[in-house]
Formats: sequence, C-alpha cells, structure tokens
Amino acid sequence: MHGLPPHTKLAAVFAFVVVVVSTPREAMWAFGLYAVLLASVARHARVPARFLLKRLLIEVPFVAFAVLMPFVAEGERVDVLGLSLSVNGLWGAWNVLAKGTLGVAASVLLAATTELRELLLGLQRLKLPPLLVQIASFMIRYGDVITDEMRRMRIARESRGFEAKGVRHWGVLAKSAGALFIRSYERGERVHLAMVSRGYAGSMPVIDEVTASRAQWSYALALPVAALVVCVVGWTL
Amino acid sequence: MHVPDGFINAPTSAVTGVVAAGAIAVSLRGARRELDERTAPLAGLVAAFIFAVQMLNFPVAAGTSGHLLGGALAAILVGPYTGVLCVSVVLLMQGILFADGGLTALGVNITDMAIVTTVVAYAVFRGLVKVLPRTRRSVTVASFVAALLSVPAAAVVFTFLYWIGGTTDVAIGKVATAMVGVHVLIGIGEAAITALTVGAVIAVRPDLVYGARGLQQRLRLRVNGELVDAPAAHPAPAPARTSRRTLWVTGLVTSLVLAGFVSFYASANPDGLEKVAADQGIDQRTEGHASADSPLAGYGVKDVTDARLSGGLAGVIGVGVTVVAGSAVFWAVRRRRTADASPTAVENV
Repeated sequence: MHGLPPHTKLAAVFAFVVVVVSTPREAMWAFGLYAVLLASVARHARVPARFLLKRLLIEVPFVAFAVLMPFVAEGERVDVLGLSLSVNGLWGAWNVLAKGTLGVAASVLLAATTELRELLLGLQRLKLPPLLVQIASFMIRYGDVITDEMRRMRIARESRGFEAKGVRHWGVLAKSAGALFIRSYERGERVHLAMVSRGYAGSMPVIDEVTASRAQWSYALALPVAALVVCVVGWTL
Repeated sequence: MHVPDGFINAPTSAVTGVVAAGAIAVSLRGARRELDERTAPLAGLVAAFIFAVQMLNFPVAAGTSGHLLGGALAAILVGPYTGVLCVSVVLLMQGILFADGGLTALGVNITDMAIVTTVVAYAVFRGLVKVLPRTRRSVTVASFVAALLSVPAAAVVFTFLYWIGGTTDVAIGKVATAMVGVHVLIGIGEAAITALTVGAVIAVRPDLVYGARGLQQRLRLRVNGELVDAPAAHPAPAPARTSRRTLWVTGLVTSLVLAGFVSFYASANPDGLEKVAADQGIDQRTEGHASADSPLAGYGVKDVTDARLSGGLAGVIGVGVTVVAGSAVFWAVRRRRTADASPTAVENV
C-alpha cells in the first residue's frame, strides 16, 4: 500500500469518494460496507486505528452543523425522546455525517500512506498544470519554514511580556502578520534568484518519472470498484 | 467553513469543479503575466504565508478567538490572479493532506473561498482606491471595506450553492439568515485584521503591496536648491484598452437587466412555432424535454414561487452561464489563432 505509485492512489481515493457521494442516503447498509472496505484498507496498510480516529476529529465543526439540521429542516416531524425533529433533517444529518466521515477517512488514509513529495509527483502525473504543482511544492517545502518564523515571532513577543488578551492587541498581531508577509515575499525572491543561478528557466526538471504497471493500477482501483458495486446495488434495491 | 463530502450534491459539485478549474486556468495565465517566471517560488511562498497566517489566533473576548481567512489579504497584497492561485493551492493541500474539506467538495470550496472572496475583495478595493484620495490611509480604508464585504459575499454564494444543490431542504431563508449573519460578524474581524496587516506592510515596504501600486509619489530631486522631478526610471505603461472593456461591461449589464427584469414583461407566447403548434393541436405528442426537471427548466428556477423572481433569476443565471461558456470558447480560439499568427507575440496576449 505504501509502495503503490502515488497517482494510482490519488485516482483511487478520488473515485472512491465520488462513488460514496453518489450513493443514495437511504441505503444505510451501503455506508456500513464502505466503512468495512476502508477499515480493511487501513488494516492492509497497517495504519493504526487510533491514528485514523484522531485525524477524523477535523470533521467536528461540521458534526455540530449536522446535529442542528434535524431541528431546523422542513417537512414532517417525528417525536424522538420528547424532541420534535424533522424527518428530512434527520436524513440530511445522516447523509452529511456518513459521507463526510467516509471522505475524511479516505483522505487520511491517502495522506498516511503517501509521502508529501510523492503526492506532488502523483498530482503532476494526473496532469495538474505544472505551474500549480510547483506552487504547491514550494508551499509545502517552505510551509514549515514560515510557520517556524511565525513561532519565533511569537516567542519574541512573549519574551517581551506581550500577551494577546483581546481586540486591543490586534494591532501588534497584525504587525507580526505584515512582517511575516514581507519575510515570506523576500524569501521567495531569494529562492527565485538562487534557482535562476542554478539554471532554472521556468520549469522544474523531471528527475524520477513515476509509472504504474497494470497490476498496480488494478490493485489500487480494487477499492473504488468494490465501492461501485455496492453503490449500484444500493441504487437498484 | 470547509465544506465536507456529501454536503452539496454531486452535479453541483461537478459544475463548481469546472468553474474552479476555469478560474484557476485564467489565474495561471494572469499570474504569469504579473510575475513572469518568478510565479512558482513567489506564489508558493505567499501560499505558505497564507497557510501560516491562518494559524495566527486573534483573541476576541472571553477565551474565544478567530483567525484570518486570507482571501482579501492575498488579493490586496499580491494581486487577484496570484491571490486566487495561492488560496486555491492552500485549499487543495488542506483537502489532500489534512482531510480538511472533502475531495469532491474541492470545487465548492475553491469557488467559494478562493475565487469569490478574492475577486469581490479586489473589485471593491480597486473601486474604492480609484474614488478615494491617493493616500496610504485610503488604501487601509479600502482594504477594510473590501475584506468586510468579501466574507459575507462568500456566505451568499455558499447559500446559493446550497440552495441549488444542498442535500437537505432547510428553508433557504433560514440558511441565508444564519450564514450571512454569522459571516457579517466574521467579516468585521477579517476586515480589521486585513486593514491592520496591509497598513503594517505598507508602512515598511509599500512597493510590495500590489493594490497600492501607482500610489507612489514621483521622486523629486533637490538640484541647486530647487526641487525637480526626477526622470522616470521606468517607461510609462501602455494605456489600458478601456473602450473594449466598456463595451463588454455595458453589454453584460444590459443583458443581465434584460434577462433579469425586462423578461418578465415579455410575451407569454414568445415562440411563434410553439404558439402555432398549440393553436393547431400538433403539440399533443410533444414529450417533456430531457431537462424538464432540471433546476432551471421552463425558464424559471425551481422552488421559487414568485414568478417574477423565478424568471428573473433563471435569466440572470442563463446569461452568466452563457458568458462563461462563450468567453471560454472565444478565449480558446483566440489563443490558438495568435499562437499560429505570431509565436513571438504570445507573451503579450
């Protein structure tokens, strides 16, 4: 799983999510099967369940939104535990929760089994515009540098006794943000000059071409194909 | 605010995906024109900056805090094209690496948060800078207003997308009230932070603020005790082709007005053939069109009961789609033609 070519994994995850999203929400068992499929992939890739669950927490804000849905949606109502809930809203909440969670889980699995650099190579292989891939690669390479710069600014502020308590301190924080922008931009100029002095002429050389054999493709696409079967059965039932 | 999978239905997600891809393609060309070969490193570093600054917490009160969304800031600091690219790349990476925002909802997220905020913010900003006196303070004021409007605009567009393709039928009025209400508040915070940040940058490196270009005072030299204008270091930029743009804007506004308002007063039997067919009874066997239950069927928007509003909205949406499709075709054709005619002039297209 970790060794699969990145573009096959990207394509597989994307196809899987598309299939999940287009499944009718009434077919509850289908989403259970999808979850089983993902769990088997996770097991196969030896991704610990605890890690997967921890990363799922990113979804929490939308869970809150989903919980609200049965209260505000239209249509006929049912009484559950003394609360008047909309049937339609309950379906909607289930729809968002199930599909959203499966989507997040699939993305987390992808990110957990693929290196950043490989992911970018995969995107390039999938014919994303090269310039966009380059921008993304610079963002990822220098993301840590810029974040560290921001952390050092915070340490510098705090070592001078500054503590942001409320709106009154926004000015100081915004000045930090401005300084961070100037530092990022100037670093970008320096990076460009360094690249030009090493022979950069607008495109990055392709050093390692990623290719996938037929067997690897079919191995990667097993997940979305299995999901597609479940989806088709879900529509026909 | 990142939309997860399954929140907006598949067709709407696909359409927004196409819109997002088109906008990114246009931005790639535009950014290359703004930054030439420096695009990749500079836009990459600015994207990293946006990514980092979204983690900078601004305390509000009683333990709550907010953070910057960055669309307006990016547009003002590095220009609309590069801004769209940077925010889109941030969203793309957040979707793939951090599972923040669904993969199928990428189109919705990019359209909403990268394109709408950036374009609205930049349009408002440019307009205000033109009107206000040419000072640094007015740049700050313009950034404030631009950021203030950009966030609710994104909320409105999200509500619109939800109305077309939401998977739960919450009353659209409720969604609109909640979304716009919350985002007006968020917008105020965004506006304050954006204005302060732009002010901080402009105080140190005014040349880096894309939106404040052209506000620099002419350099004056003191020669033998009197002030003289320094000779221009750069040749004056070529005059903008305003006439064509004026024509384009006038045409667009006219067609929007016609489609949106005047169409209501048009004849109920607009098509002669249909009228004749109805009179002669030869339309008995006409079957429903394949798209009869599409959201825009019969030149009305589904679920909107007010006939005037429904017809008008359908017209406006129709004009919008036509303009986008037509421009895409025109753009593709023109690009090929110029590439054939003069390979050297491609840089200037």
